[in-house]
Amino acid sequence: MNAPDRSAPDPHGFLRGRERWRPVEALPWLIAIGAFFALPDYMILGTQVITMIIFALSLDLILGYAGIVSLGHAAYFGAGAYATGMLSAHLGWGEPISGLLFGGAVAGLVGFVSGWVLLRYHGLTLLMLTLATAIMLQELANVLEVWTGGFDGLLGMEFTPLFGLFENDLWGHAYYWYALAVLAICFLFARRLVHSAFGRTLVGIRENTRRMHAIGSPVHWRLVTVYTASATMAGLAGALFAEINAYVTLDVLSFARSGAVLIVLILGGTGRLYGAFVGATVYVILEDELAKASPEFWEFGVGLVLVLVVLFFRGGLLGGLDSAARRLKEARS
Amino acid sequence: MKRNFKLVALTAATALTAGLLVAGASAKEVKIGVVLTYSGGAAHFGEQIGRGMDLYIKQHPEAFGGHTVKLIKRDSKRPGGDIAKNAVQELITREKVDLLTGFVFSPNAMASAPLATKGKVPMVIMNAGTAWIPSLSPYIARVSFTMWHSGYPMGKYAHDKLGCKTAAAGFTNYPPGKDSRNAFQTGLQEAGGKLVESIPMGGPRDVPDFTPFFQRVKDLKPDCFFVFVPAGNHAAAVFKTYSAVGLKAAGVRLIGPGDITQDTKLQGMGDGAVGMITMHHYAADYDNPENRAFVAAWKKAYGADTTPDFMAVQGWDGMAAIAHAIKAQNGDVTADGTINALKGWTYRSPRGSITIDPETRDIIMDANVHRVVKKGGRLMIEVIDTVPQVKDPCKALKIGKCAK
Amino acid sequence: MNPVLNAAVSILFDGLAYGMLLFIISVGLSITMGLMGFVNLAHGAFAMAGGYVTVSLMNLLGVPFLPALGGAFVIVAAVSMPIERLIYLPLYRAGELDQVLLSIGVVFMAIAGATFVWGSTPPSIRMPDFLTGQVDLGFKTFPAYRTFTIGVGMAMILALWLGFERTIIGAKIRAAVDNRAMAQAVGIDVDRLFVVTFALGSGLAAMGGGLAIEIVGLSPPFAIQYLVFFLIVVAVGGLGSIRGAFVAAIVLGIIDTAGKYLWPDGGAFFIYAAAVLLLLVKPWGLFGREQT
Repeated sequence: MNAPDRSAPDPHGFLRGRERWRPVEALPWLIAIGAFFALPDYMILGTQVITMIIFALSLDLILGYAGIVSLGHAAYFGAGAYATGMLSAHLGWGEPISGLLFGGAVAGLVGFVSGWVLLRYHGLTLLMLTLATAIMLQELANVLEVWTGGFDGLLGMEFTPLFGLFENDLWGHAYYWYALAVLAICFLFARRLVHSAFGRTLVGIRENTRRMHAIGSPVHWRLVTVYTASATMAGLAGALFAEINAYVTLDVLSFARSGAVLIVLILGGTGRLYGAFVGATVYVILEDELAKASPEFWEFGVGLVLVLVVLFFRGGLLGGLDSAARRLKEARS
Repeated sequence: MKRNFKLVALTAATALTAGLLVAGASAKEVKIGVVLTYSGGAAHFGEQIGRGMDLYIKQHPEAFGGHTVKLIKRDSKRPGGDIAKNAVQELITREKVDLLTGFVFSPNAMASAPLATKGKVPMVIMNAGTAWIPSLSPYIARVSFTMWHSGYPMGKYAHDKLGCKTAAAGFTNYPPGKDSRNAFQTGLQEAGGKLVESIPMGGPRDVPDFTPFFQRVKDLKPDCFFVFVPAGNHAAAVFKTYSAVGLKAAGVRLIGPGDITQDTKLQGMGDGAVGMITMHHYAADYDNPENRAFVAAWKKAYGADTTPDFMAVQGWDGMAAIAHAIKAQNGDVTADGTINALKGWTYRSPRGSITIDPETRDIIMDANVHRVVKKGGRLMIEVIDTVPQVKDPCKALKIGKCAK
Repeated sequence: MNPVLNAAVSILFDGLAYGMLLFIISVGLSITMGLMGFVNLAHGAFAMAGGYVTVSLMNLLGVPFLPALGGAFVIVAAVSMPIERLIYLPLYRAGELDQVLLSIGVVFMAIAGATFVWGSTPPSIRMPDFLTGQVDLGFKTFPAYRTFTIGVGMAMILALWLGFERTIIGAKIRAAVDNRAMAQAVGIDVDRLFVVTFALGSGLAAMGGGLAIEIVGLSPPFAIQYLVFFLIVVAVGGLGSIRGAFVAAIVLGIIDTAGKYLWPDGGAFFIYAAAVLLLLVKPWGLFGREQT
């Protein structure tokens, strides 16, 4: 968090100021567009990064702003992936954009129902309940093999070209732009949400639930609302994943995926939206390159980076950057 | 930043040079993308297959017709499909590989199959065992096995020779397990036996505590208990649970595919395993000249206390198939050329004679009846009977998805 | 014996044995996470290390199984002390998210490190004869190794209970956990206490890892494979309650075993369903204290 500017007496002005766009915020988009032209052969990896950013962004909404720690966010990623996948594989609906929206909607519904039950709980209990929800969904998907394809995965998805024009080719160029557009929309929504009055009450709930109850804020419904929004976004990421790969397996609901997105977000820094960008980019590229360099022992490198980041950058990479900048500022003044 | 990484990756990718010095102009370097589970719970499968491949290249440089191969290794990590698919896509578009191989888990092969078709790159599958995988792309050939290769003959053999009039089946609840159960059941019923109980014993990643399932079988008292679980820790637990629950004393015979008497686990099973019977396509104790040479070279390369298992021989045979395809096309590897060269290809493998079925592009091989014996203080596998040249029965009998 | 009764006895016994195994591996986590307040997702890494130390002692040095288990406890506990000082200590006051990231990093490193040292092929060990086969308890025969596991679990809960409730050091640990500042004020060296507690937790994990080899096997990913179960046991038992972890492990073990026996198609569903139901009813765990 940025230290509040103590010379500003006007709280509304302060909040509006935080919502104002800063030039540096153009950076991720410039990099993403630049990468397309500089590294056209790396768009498969680029699309993976973007999917992960959307997924991590969805987690940031609940973890970073409402303080809900989830170890089962893959439940919604998977729900979106399976919804879009089954729509195409079983009903033959292969138009990507409507398929994507359908995936998001189904995941949102799952998020609403599970959130309504789960969000009455806190702390480790909530953590375990989210974890168990995802695993039980995975078990369910395994049992419903007729529909989901079980362990062997859901085959037979076919997607029509985007706008009837752009096919998902071997180089993944068209889908890179598609993913980037989905990310941009998700990001604008998330940014609007966290800076709204609603977003401020979430932070209030995170910081002091009792006080929010005391001032009459409908805490449970606020949490369910943001949880549903987050699940929808995770579902969009999952749906995108299904369309990119034209294949979905039980792995989309796995503990490993839930864990990975949590790691990514903490690595980047929570409660600042851009943490998802930094964390996903660093983590996905690091894992990819290390696994190429040493297919057997890459996990050591990833683990070492995580440990070093925690020891030297408290609050993730962006958190560390923030405190470094603050120290620099203090040293100067 | 990225460029540096690429450099590192390139240097690290194992470049292997085959021996023969041929006039520079005609010798080509064939790039092979290898997708295996090098990390995670199935890392030992990747290791066995990878070592088998490396060993073949080292032992038979002449088989490549004067050309060399460069292996570009990628970790498929989990059985999720997407990681393998992304790796394959990258291997095709960025590394421009001529050929793809490896594939431990079926979902990884299934996710990658459309890319083989789209990118016109041949795929030699070294493990992924779901029966109908080769039908997913015309550019797939498989040198490993399907669960039907062992399960179906085992059903017949169990009824005819082991006196299994009634049997129960326990299997890990995922496609290879269900395939194995179906194969056994089909074979058993055709011979006149009856499957009285069929027990899914949890998923491949669940805790391998099989006691409740085995207790259930003990209470049912069938003549035989057919078990399939994935090789490794799950398989090791099968025999232990069998003795611990007292199924042997209750007169129930434990049978299954060779995964439950895997070479790397055999010595840990204890003397109680003597007499156990399984059906499989390879064990390190096979007594034929090809296998003796293979095992000797293996022990020399990787240590006397290590042993190859069926995965290793699949890696070896897969590389032999690739070498044959490279030689047949004189180094200009294409998808059609490779598949044409492999159709009907016959090889004397350490597991015996193998052929790629020209029709299904799947393997034809012997199914051997293994018996555990004790010789010279160690447990060994003895082949007591052979069902010659089994063609994947799932496709031959046109069952389920295999009918396509 | 009546078949229904026979099945019921089998289920209870196997469930008890499975529950004991869960308890033995998880109790260390209950100590580090519950008492010290550190979200130590690397708990499984210490269990995995213990498994490999057991294997190495037996296969390389010819140490018998029981002393090898003790060796695993001692060696892993000793090794965990410098690790605690070096990388856990700076994180005690950090947020739980940083602790999650750190301990996951440790897990990754441990998996790759173990693969490097011991290889990825699951090792085998030969059990002593008295632990294989079956034991006859008069009315029914039971698997010997599982009987042994139950015995070890019983001994462990007794030792921990005595240690925490009846010794000075146990009293000091409880004091430090309840109110760290106050404990320090009355002259308790909390720092040193935490090293000892951490070592105890890791040592117990190591013993659990060694004991588990015979039942679930061992390979480097062990460090993360069963993490979910450890967490469930600790959460259902109630954070910081060793008694809770004990009861939770046994309840979950019996429910899981009964589910598998009676309805095998359900797979691993029961243990999660049971955990969810227990948590919905008792959000702070069976023996946990309400937190705010």
